[in-house]
Amino acid sequence: MPLSQTRKAVAIKVEGVDLSYGDNHVLKNVNLEIPPGDLFAFLGPSGCGKTTLLRLIAGFNRADRGRVLLDGEDITPLPPWKRDVGMVFQSYALWPHMTVERNVAFGLEERGLPKQEIGPRVAAALEMVGLTGLGGRRTSELSGGQQQRVALARTIVVEPKVLLLDEPLSNLDAKLRVEVRRELRELQKRLGITTIFVTHDQEEANTICDRIAVMNNGEVQQVGTPMQLYEHPGNLFVAGFLGTANIIDGKLVSNGPGVAYEIPGGGRIELPGSAKIPLHGRLVFRPQSVSLVPACTPPSPSNAHFLSSVAHREFLGATLRYGLTLGNQEVLIDVPFRSGDVLHEIGAKVSAVVPQSALLWLDR
Amino acid sequence: MPLPLTLPRIRHAAATPGQYALALAIAAFLVLTLVLPVVTVVVVAFKDTTGGFTLVNFADFFGNELFQRSFVNSVWVAVLTVALATVLAMPLAYFTARFEFRGSALIQTLGILPLIMPPFVGAVAMQLLLGRNGTVNLLLQDWFGFTIPFMEGLNGVIFVEAVHYFPFILINVTASLRNIDRSMEEAAQNLGASGFRLFRRIVFPLSMPGYVAGAVLVFVKVFDDLATPLLLNVKDMLAPQAYLRVTSIGVADPIGYVICVVLMLISVASLGLSYAATAGKDYATVQRGGGGLTRRRMSRNEAIGAYAIVGLILALVLAPHAALLLLSFATVWSFSPLPDAYTLAHYTRVFSDSAGYIWNTLLYASIAAGIDVLIGGAIAYLVLRTRLPMRHWLDAAAMAALAVPGVVLGIGYLRAFYAVQLPGGQSLATFWVMIAIALAVRRLPYALRAADAALRQISVSLEEAAENLGATKPRAVRRIVIPLMTGGIVAGFVTSFATAAVELSATLMLVQSNSDAPLAYGIYVFMQSPAGRGAGAALGVLAVLLVGVCTYLSNRVAENGNGSSHH
Repeated sequence: MPLSQTRKAVAIKVEGVDLSYGDNHVLKNVNLEIPPGDLFAFLGPSGCGKTTLLRLIAGFNRADRGRVLLDGEDITPLPPWKRDVGMVFQSYALWPHMTVERNVAFGLEERGLPKQEIGPRVAAALEMVGLTGLGGRRTSELSGGQQQRVALARTIVVEPKVLLLDEPLSNLDAKLRVEVRRELRELQKRLGITTIFVTHDQEEANTICDRIAVMNNGEVQQVGTPMQLYEHPGNLFVAGFLGTANIIDGKLVSNGPGVAYEIPGGGRIELPGSAKIPLHGRLVFRPQSVSLVPACTPPSPSNAHFLSSVAHREFLGATLRYGLTLGNQEVLIDVPFRSGDVLHEIGAKVSAVVPQSALLWLDR
Repeated sequence: MPLPLTLPRIRHAAATPGQYALALAIAAFLVLTLVLPVVTVVVVAFKDTTGGFTLVNFADFFGNELFQRSFVNSVWVAVLTVALATVLAMPLAYFTARFEFRGSALIQTLGILPLIMPPFVGAVAMQLLLGRNGTVNLLLQDWFGFTIPFMEGLNGVIFVEAVHYFPFILINVTASLRNIDRSMEEAAQNLGASGFRLFRRIVFPLSMPGYVAGAVLVFVKVFDDLATPLLLNVKDMLAPQAYLRVTSIGVADPIGYVICVVLMLISVASLGLSYAATAGKDYATVQRGGGGLTRRRMSRNEAIGAYAIVGLILALVLAPHAALLLLSFATVWSFSPLPDAYTLAHYTRVFSDSAGYIWNTLLYASIAAGIDVLIGGAIAYLVLRTRLPMRHWLDAAAMAALAVPGVVLGIGYLRAFYAVQLPGGQSLATFWVMIAIALAVRRLPYALRAADAALRQISVSLEEAAENLGATKPRAVRRIVIPLMTGGIVAGFVTSFATAAVELSATLMLVQSNSDAPLAYGIYVFMQSPAGRGAGAALGVLAVLLVGVCTYLSNRVAENGNGSSHH
């Protein structure tokens, strides 16, 4: 009996969830809608509340306020064992007193399936994760990657409504991690099951997830596809957490016909005349959207530009990263590395140009 | 870059009615069997003849020359025993931690000896070996013309207790030393420390918590011991005085209770001191991949010295066992280095007349160990896995039994339950079941810690995974927690069983008829008369065998259990 899309994919909705441990506000008014069949990431730094939120959906944490709905059905009052929400634990939580098979069969046994159905289903689940033939092993005899697959098989064999993965790749070595995350993605799409993936690694989230909720301090900062978040970060935290960003302090001053951004400690960025200038926020742009031109090149009015000098230089392989001094701050600039290019030396005066489309004004 | 996960993994689910019911049942048991008897003892100590509050009893106690002497003697014996036990234990602990040598396994086995035979069993045998007219002194007198008063008066108590209890210091210090990561030592060496300075500044301070814990345990055990001084005919110590007051003058005599309160205060103070000295000093510093101090091979001379010391200590430790065995086969052993002739008569006598002792022991110790495992396991679960309010009080109450000397608990049972009549007209205090319950209460702390340790080994996520896959809480406990705890539970059961089987101090107060008496009581009764010594020794050998086998089994089970669990 193969595992298949016997179930319609389910939408997950989190409504106004608050949770605190004493004075510690771990989740603050979290609202999320996860469409059916999505591979959805909770991404954020350690302590941001992502695992707490995942455990809350699984029923291991109770919200002070708010609800969790699966396809419109409120599961908030249900205990973990009635939720039908499959979770793969970060530590895998394989039971050491049971063989691989017994581990995988557990959920089916608890659901009261007849014995003759359990065997084939367990075999199918093990096949699906590529562990055929290892059913009789003790879990301690398996490698980390194999244990992870057992944990996955144990969860998907019961065909849960949704799948929750708590940092599933964190205990694997770097090479295996890349391999397994691709497999996870393929398996998830094959099963068509709505899946939440908790991680602190932006690369993991970017490469396999359909959508990401970036979390910090118990709040959802922004939800979107990896590219949306990268190109249009909603706030300073998202801009800084996903990729590298120059976040520049300064104040707007009028400069004849145009506007300039004055940096404390000297230096200024000339803004293009046509730029829409907000009344608040800080100037943000990505290092790779900046290009360096010789200091004598006349500026184009449709770009932002500034004069500066090179403070340091790092060779990153495909790119060269320059650090430029601008007032009391440092601006990073990535330029593609091609052999034969002339390098700017430390102390060299340069003129930097940022196209208007790359300029962001962000708060918080 | 994987970051360490620091999220609080607190379970927020409220406690269930079933958990409340369980907690209440355990609380009721502890109140009736531990709190009530102890409070009764304290109350009686402060009551005058009309029932009002008074300090007169305490004034009587401290004004009496006999009790003053008893108090001083008890402290003196306990302190000197700790000192002697330290001298015996420290070299052994250091050898095993520092050197690769074959004696290590032997030294570790010493650690379980005090579990196998309580000091009173060997006390009489020790007198035959080391007493004024014992083997050693007779030989010394013959060959060199002098004798050594090993066993004179308090010396005997100190000597017997130290030889029996030093392994408590040994195991604790050894465990501490094992938990010191070698990088601690290497860092000190890297900064220029070596030799004795290295030991004094790094190794010794890091092993202090273990030493204090072991030393206090020895102090308390010796201070509370009733049977050893009685058998060595030392009566002017506190525990024997409490026993004698209550048994000879009567349950109504307040001085017995005053002594009980003093015994308890000293126990509580010592344990409190030990707690204060070790709290917040969790020196277990072993890092991943590390483990223990650097061990090195001994040079030839060091090896000779080490084996000589180990051999000497081993001879001392095994002396009571050897003497007991000899005594159990001896026809007459008096004023001669060795018995006159050998016989099996004592064993025949024990098997024909005294089989009841053995059956009673098996019955009481099984009941006690069963109660301990059930209650210990339940308390560990309630404390570690639920949000039940006041759950830590259950743990604390059960552990408080550690601070209650056996003689105090026994007197408390007599006083609290004497007036309660069973349907047959018998008093509850003398009903045999109360012996089993007293043993259970005395051993509960050990079983509780065993269950607690076993449960801590089991990651909460193992249970959560089961709940996530559809198992209710009770089902998750039955299918995941209990199977994984089996090793710890069995080890707890056997430890409770083995130590309950040879426990005497509470039993001595509660046994009213010979037909209800367990082994330890039988040994005590036999050993009191010269004619019964042989039979007493035979019974002692049987007790040692019984407990030895149990301890061996428990170690085997514990090892297997460790092999299969992870996290």
